[in-house]
Amino acid sequence: MSGATIRRRGGARRTWWGSWAWFSALGLAVLLPWIIFDWRHGRHDGFAVALLTQTAIMSVFALSYNMLSGQSGLLSFGHAVFLGLPAYVTIHVMNAIAAGHLWIPEELLPLVGGISGLLFAALFGYPTTRQRATAFAMITFGIGELVTAAATMFQGFFGGEGGVTADRALNTSLLGLSYEPAIEVYYLALAWTVIAVVLMRLLARTPLGRMAEACRDNHERVRFLGYDPHGIRFCQFALSGFFAGIAGALYAMTYEIVTYDAVGATLSGNALFMTFIGGVGVFWGPIVGAVLVVIMQSWVGLVSNAWQIYVGVLFIAMVMYAPGGLAGLIVLHGPVWQEGRIQALLLSYARVALPGLLAVLGFVALVELGSSVMLGEHEKGAVRLFGGALDPASPWLWGGGAALLLIGGSIARRQGRALAARWALIAEGTSAG
Amino acid sequence: MELLLVSVLNGLLYGMLLFMLASGLTLIFSIMGVLNFAHASLYMLGAYFAYEISRRVGFWVALVIAPLLCGLLGALIETYGLRKAHRHGHVAELLFTFGLAFIVEKLVLMVWGPTAVPYRVPPELDFTLFSVYGTHVSAYRGFILLISAAMFAAIWLLLTRTRMGFVIQASLSHPDMVASLGHNVPRVFTTVFAGGAALAGLAGVIGGNYLVTEPAMAFSMGPIVFVVVVFGGLGSLAGCFIASLIMGFVQTFAVVLDISPADLLARLGVAVTPATPLAEVLRVPLPRIGPFLPFLLMVFMLLVRPRGLLGTRDT
Amino acid sequence: MTPALALRDVHKSFGATRIIQGVSLEIRRGERHAIIGPNGAGKTTLFNLISGRLPVSSGVIALNGRPIQNRSPQKIRRLGLTRSFQIISFFHRLSVLDNLRCALLWPLGYRVAFWRLLDRERRLNQAAEEWLERLALTARRDVQAGALSYAEQRALEIGLTVAGGAEVVLLDEPTAGMDRGEADRTTALIREITQGKTLVMVEHDMNVVFGLADRISVLVYGHLIASGAPGDVRGDPAVQEAYLGAEAA
Repeated sequence: MSGATIRRRGGARRTWWGSWAWFSALGLAVLLPWIIFDWRHGRHDGFAVALLTQTAIMSVFALSYNMLSGQSGLLSFGHAVFLGLPAYVTIHVMNAIAAGHLWIPEELLPLVGGISGLLFAALFGYPTTRQRATAFAMITFGIGELVTAAATMFQGFFGGEGGVTADRALNTSLLGLSYEPAIEVYYLALAWTVIAVVLMRLLARTPLGRMAEACRDNHERVRFLGYDPHGIRFCQFALSGFFAGIAGALYAMTYEIVTYDAVGATLSGNALFMTFIGGVGVFWGPIVGAVLVVIMQSWVGLVSNAWQIYVGVLFIAMVMYAPGGLAGLIVLHGPVWQEGRIQALLLSYARVALPGLLAVLGFVALVELGSSVMLGEHEKGAVRLFGGALDPASPWLWGGGAALLLIGGSIARRQGRALAARWALIAEGTSAG
Repeated sequence: MELLLVSVLNGLLYGMLLFMLASGLTLIFSIMGVLNFAHASLYMLGAYFAYEISRRVGFWVALVIAPLLCGLLGALIETYGLRKAHRHGHVAELLFTFGLAFIVEKLVLMVWGPTAVPYRVPPELDFTLFSVYGTHVSAYRGFILLISAAMFAAIWLLLTRTRMGFVIQASLSHPDMVASLGHNVPRVFTTVFAGGAALAGLAGVIGGNYLVTEPAMAFSMGPIVFVVVVFGGLGSLAGCFIASLIMGFVQTFAVVLDISPADLLARLGVAVTPATPLAEVLRVPLPRIGPFLPFLLMVFMLLVRPRGLLGTRDT
Repeated sequence: MTPALALRDVHKSFGATRIIQGVSLEIRRGERHAIIGPNGAGKTTLFNLISGRLPVSSGVIALNGRPIQNRSPQKIRRLGLTRSFQIISFFHRLSVLDNLRCALLWPLGYRVAFWRLLDRERRLNQAAEEWLERLALTARRDVQAGALSYAEQRALEIGLTVAGGAEVVLLDEPTAGMDRGEADRTTALIREITQGKTLVMVEHDMNVVFGLADRISVLVYGHLIASGAPGDVRGDPAVQEAYLGAEAA
C-alpha cells in the first residue's frame, strides 16, 4: 500500500487531533494573562499582555501574508502597506469618533481596518497581480518603498515623523468596556484573531482558495480550465489585504499611535520572516513563526542587542535546510509518530541536538561578545554575559566560543548525515518517505 | 546655467555609481535568475572595508584590496550559500539573499555603530580641480569619473575579448543555451557573482566617502539599484547604463528644482487653494518628492512595459 | 451544418520562420480527428493557435462558426474548446480529487466563489467522484498528483481536459511514452470519455491513430498535405512519401 493512502486513512484521527490542538492553543491564549499574573500588585503583567497582543496581531498578519506566499505562490516584499494604511485609516476613524463626527462600536473597528485593507489591496493589487514571480516581488517592493516615501511626505494623512495618535477609550463599546486596560484590548484582539483565523482557514477550502493553489502550481493550465489567473490572484490579493487590514486596525488600537514604521520595509520583512520560519506549506505555520519572532523580538531583545541577527540566521537556516519551515518539520514527523517509530530516531536526534546546541551556544557567545565589545566602544555599555560580568576582550572567551561553534558544528553536521540516512530508512515504511 | 552644469555633473557621478552597482546586479539577475537583495550590502561592506583599510594603510591600498575582499566574499556567498539554496528553487535563493542583506545590515550596525563613520576623501584628491561660475569642482569627482570610465573599459574588454566574456554574453541573451553547450556553468555563476560583488565593493570604496558611509547606506541604495535594473531591462547592459544615468539625473534634478505641481498649475492659471481636492499632494515641492520618483518610474515601467527600457526578456 | 471547428488559411510565423503556412481544415461535430506528421511539422503550434496559447499571424479559426483566433485561452475554453498538454501539466501539489474539482469549477459556475466550501458542494463532488471512477483513480483520490505513476498522470491529464465538459477537445500526444498495453488502455479510455464530443488529437502512435480516428490530416512543414478517412490517407502516395515512408526508412 502506498504511503499517501495511509496518510489519508489517518485523516480522521488527524482532524480530531488537529481541532484538539487548536482549542488548546486558544485556551492557552485565553488563560495566559491569568497564569502570568502579577500577584504582588494584583494586576496583569503588562509585559506579558503586550507580548500576547502583539503575537495575536502578528499571527493574523503572517497568515494574511501566507495567503499570498504559501497559497498563491506570490512573494510580496511590501505587505506592511496593507497593515499600515488601514492602521492609519483606523486611527483617523478613532479620532473622528472621539470628536463626535462618527459613531462606530469599538468592537467593530477591526472591520473598518479590514475593509480599508481590502480597498487598498484592490487598488494596488489590480496592476500588481497582472505579474507573478520576480516581477511581482519587485513591484510589491516598489510599492512598499513608494508608500513609505509618501508617508514621510504627506503630513495630513500620515502625520509626518511623529505619526498620528489617538486615544482608544472611545466610549462606544457595545459591551460596555472602556478599553483603557491593555487586557481588554488583548481579548478584543484575540477575538478578532480567532475570527480572522477561522475565516482564512475556511477561505483556503473554497473554490477561490483552491484555484489560487492551482495558479501557484501551474498558472498556465488554469486558463485552459476557463479561469483567468490574473482574476484569481487579484481576488486572493484583495482578501489578503482585508485580513492584513484587520491586523492593522488592531495595531492602531493597541499602540494608539501609527507612524511610517507601520508601512515600512522592516515590517514587510517581518511578515516574510515569520511566514517562512514558521512554514508556508502548512496553514498554522505562520502562527508558529509569529509566536517565535515576537518572542525573539521581545524576550531575546531584552537581554541581547543582537536578536535581529538571530532571527536572520534562523531564517537563512530555514530557507537553506528546511524550506517547509518549522511546521513543515513537525508535519513531516506526523506519520512516523503515529506509527510509533519515533523512538528509533530519538538517539539519532540526541546525537545531532547535543553538538548542535553547543554550536549554537558558541555562535551566540561570539555574537554577544562581538556585540558587547562594539557597544563598549560606541555606547560605553555595561558588559554582562550569561548572567556574570566577563571581560569581553578575553581571548579565552573568543577562542572558546569559536571552538564550540566549529567542533559542535562539525560533529552535528556529521551526525546530521547519519540522521538523514536513518530517517530515510525509517520513513521508507511510512508515509513520510 | 551654473546650477544646470553642476547638476549635470552630479547626476552623471551618481549615475556612474549606480551603474557600477546595477551592472553587476543585472548580470547576476540575467544569468543566474537571482534577484540579489544583498548586492547593496556588498556595496556597503566595500565602503566599510575601505574605511578600515584606509585608516590603517591608506586609500590607494583600499582602492585595490576592498573590492577584492568583496569579490572573495561574493564567491563564498555563491558557493556556500546560493548554490545550496538553489536546490530549493529560485524563491529560496531570493529569500536567502534577502536574509543575508538583513544580517549584514545588523552586523554592520553592531560592528561600526549606528552613526556614519568618518571615511573621508583622501587628502591627495581633496582639492579643487576647476571652478565654473564660482562653483568648485573637487578633484575627487574627477577621480570618480576616471575610475568609472576605466572600469567600464575593463568590463567591456573582459566581455568582448575573453572566452569567459563570450560565455557570459551568450548567457545574457540565451540563458538556457549555455548549459547545453557544456560550459562549466557553476564556474560562470561564481565568476559573475564574485565579479558583481567586486564591482559593488568598488562602488562602495569610491562612493562611501563621496556620499556617506553608514549602516543605512545599503538600504537607501538597494532599492534604487533595483529600480535601475528593472527600468533598464533584463539582459541588457546598455539599458542598464541608460537607466542609471536617467535615475542619476532624476535624483539630482529633483533636489535642485524647487517647484511643485501647484506652481505649474499656477502658471496655467489654476490656483491651488487649501480647498482644492488633493491640495496637499499638489503642493509638495519636487525636492521632497525626490525619493519617491524612482519607484513611481519603476512601477509605471513595469505596468506599461514589463521588460524594461531595452530588455530582451520578461522579468 | 457548421463544422465544430474550422480553420481557414491559418498562418503563423516566428520572426522569419514560418511554422504554419496556410492551413485550412474543417472538423465536423462528433468527429474524432487525428493530426499526424513528422517532428517539427507544426502540430503542437497548431494546437497552440487553436487553443489561444499563441496568436495567429493571419487566418481565421472558428468554433461553431464563431471566430476564436487571438482570443485568450480562458475565453476559448468558455466557448467550449479545451486541450491537454504533451508535457504533463496539472497541479502537482494538489490531490487528484482537487485537480478534477479545479477542472469542474468553472463549468459548474463557481467562478471565484469564496463563500462556498468545496467539501459541501454535493454536485461538484459527485461529478468529481464520477470522474475518478471513469479514470480508474478512485483509489488514488487523495494522493498528491505529483506522486502518481506515469500512466496515472497521463490519465489525470486527459481527465482534467475532458472533465469540464468542453464539446471540442484537443489532445496533444495522449499516449506519449507509453508501452503497448498502456497505450491500448488509454485509447479505450479516450474512446469512452469523448463519446459525443469532437476530438482532435496529435499522435505519433499509429495504432492509436488508426484505432481511434474517423479522419486523419497530415501536416508536413506547416502545410496540410492530406485529409480524409484513414484508408484514403494511408493510401495517399504523397503521405507515404512525406511521412509514412520517412518513418519506415
